[in-house]
Amino acid sequence: MENFTKHPFLLSSPFELLPDNYLEAVELPLVHSRVAAGFPSPADDYTVEVINLQNFLIKDPDSSYLVKVMGNSMVDARLHDGDILIVDRSLLNRSIKTLTGNVIIGKVNGEFTVKRLICKDQKYYLQPANEAFSALEITEDMDFQAWGVVTWAIHKIKH
Amino acid sequence: MKKLYALVDCNNFYVSCERMFDPSLHNKPVVVLSNNDGCIISRSEEAKALGIPMGESAYKARQVLEQNNVRVFSSNYTLYGDMSRRVMNVLSHFSPDVEIYSVDEAFLNLTTLLTNDIKQHAIKLRSTVQQRTGIPVSVGIAPTKTLAKLANRLTKKQKDKQGVVLLQEQEAIRHALKITAVGDVWGIGHRNARKLAAFGISTAWDLSQATDSFVKKHLTVVGLRTAKELRGEACLDMEMAPPAKRSICTSRSFGKALTSMDLIKEATASYASSCAAKLRRQRTCAGLLTVYLQSYPDKDEQVYYNSKTVMLPVATNSTLELVHYANLALQPLYRQGYHYKKSGVIVSELCAQDHAQMPLLDTIDREKHQRIMEVIDKVNARWGRGTLISAEQGVYAPEENHPWKMRSEMRSPRYTTHINEIMVVKS
Repeated sequence: MENFTKHPFLLSSPFELLPDNYLEAVELPLVHSRVAAGFPSPADDYTVEVINLQNFLIKDPDSSYLVKVMGNSMVDARLHDGDILIVDRSLLNRSIKTLTGNVIIGKVNGEFTVKRLICKDQKYYLQPANEAFSALEITEDMDFQAWGVVTWAIHKIKH
Repeated sequence: MKKLYALVDCNNFYVSCERMFDPSLHNKPVVVLSNNDGCIISRSEEAKALGIPMGESAYKARQVLEQNNVRVFSSNYTLYGDMSRRVMNVLSHFSPDVEIYSVDEAFLNLTTLLTNDIKQHAIKLRSTVQQRTGIPVSVGIAPTKTLAKLANRLTKKQKDKQGVVLLQEQEAIRHALKITAVGDVWGIGHRNARKLAAFGISTAWDLSQATDSFVKKHLTVVGLRTAKELRGEACLDMEMAPPAKRSICTSRSFGKALTSMDLIKEATASYASSCAAKLRRQRTCAGLLTVYLQSYPDKDEQVYYNSKTVMLPVATNSTLELVHYANLALQPLYRQGYHYKKSGVIVSELCAQDHAQMPLLDTIDREKHQRIMEVIDKVNARWGRGTLISAEQGVYAPEENHPWKMRSEMRSPRYTTHINEIMVVKS
């Protein structure tokens, strides 16, 4: 391709490769400021949009999914049976090394599981958070893949 | 300036959507069926390897499917629609001009891309879509849209599975044209290919080398445009905004043959109400309504097909009015003794909702209708389509007693849009 920067007037909107973090949207607070007849409300400058929980919990809607937990192997990490998890796949863009320490959704031999990924003596494990369960070593011959990183757990406090 | 287009295509899109949420489908043969579980419309590579053809009727393929333990799904358009939206959103970060061509395909204008490494850009696009949405895509890049389509086709034949084909150098384009059958060129089709074969034109290259007058004579100006695009001359630009819809149609085959007018009425009322909801969503009203009815071909008889169009007194998008007129139009179409296969409702003569003409003598309280519609749309948006329906659509035990309802017995959960159907992970 030619060097387009030489012809700035020929281009309406030249673009370039986006950096890795390009999807993190910049959010601006919405301030309502109306021009009204009479005395302006002094509070008007301070009214902003109400809190949007979705915007707060979900950074990247295109790569985020909701899943439901079934089972008790992660109770000590405060993930309970029936909780809803927010899983962000955009955080997968790292080596397995940088994923360690995170609670992830993993695909193991054709099934999903939620566990903490840990590294010990240069071996990787799927570590439950419940004494009644044992860790699973991730081996070469295992069909393992990280599906997403758990970012939030929504737990209902029942009456 | 030399133009450059990419065609991004989701691989086996519907099957890929199913696989994203069901790891047990990995490496297994999987197919997805069309509306009403009629025929096969998406196949995994493993299913293709079994020789199951695209478009084959599910009934005909049953034996092969069973023998090979092929996992079969009814189509889950709610899921596919949401996954498509995610893919398209991610694509919009790779070009300022994205034209959504179909649910699983988009053209990207890369003409003003400020990098020399186009292939790298495509590889990055591919891995980003895969990572964020879980959907594998393939990318064809070339100086015209027709060549980009052709390049994309070639990604499927690639051995290294990189999923990117760039046709930029003359020599690469020439080679690609020579190995592509003319019937596989975008816009040519197999009927034209047969016609061209009689003149010794069998590859895309042959077509690109034919004279303008020959191509125009046998394939009209449309074919000439295709030939020019194959030569690298861009004739098709990006179509950013889809043209405003001239009409809206809702029709379905019934779940089983219907003979009773009552059930056909219910089904048709549902299609009318779906048209009304679509009209309201795009803030338009319809001035004309057409209903058609079609039977199965009987032993010796022809298929019965008939339609009736009514002009609406006032352009409207009220469910109650459209259902009423759909019913009126349907009555004279019905003949006893036929086995009916499908009915449909088409609304046309669309105008902006705010510009609908008000007659002097109107017997309908339109403001009241509008308020009712707002409530219906709100309730249905919140609790799901079909929560509030008009009584004409049939109210008796709606789940079991709607024989006209689409069959979709093997539909997967709507993982991304319905909170009660989200994916479950074992802990």
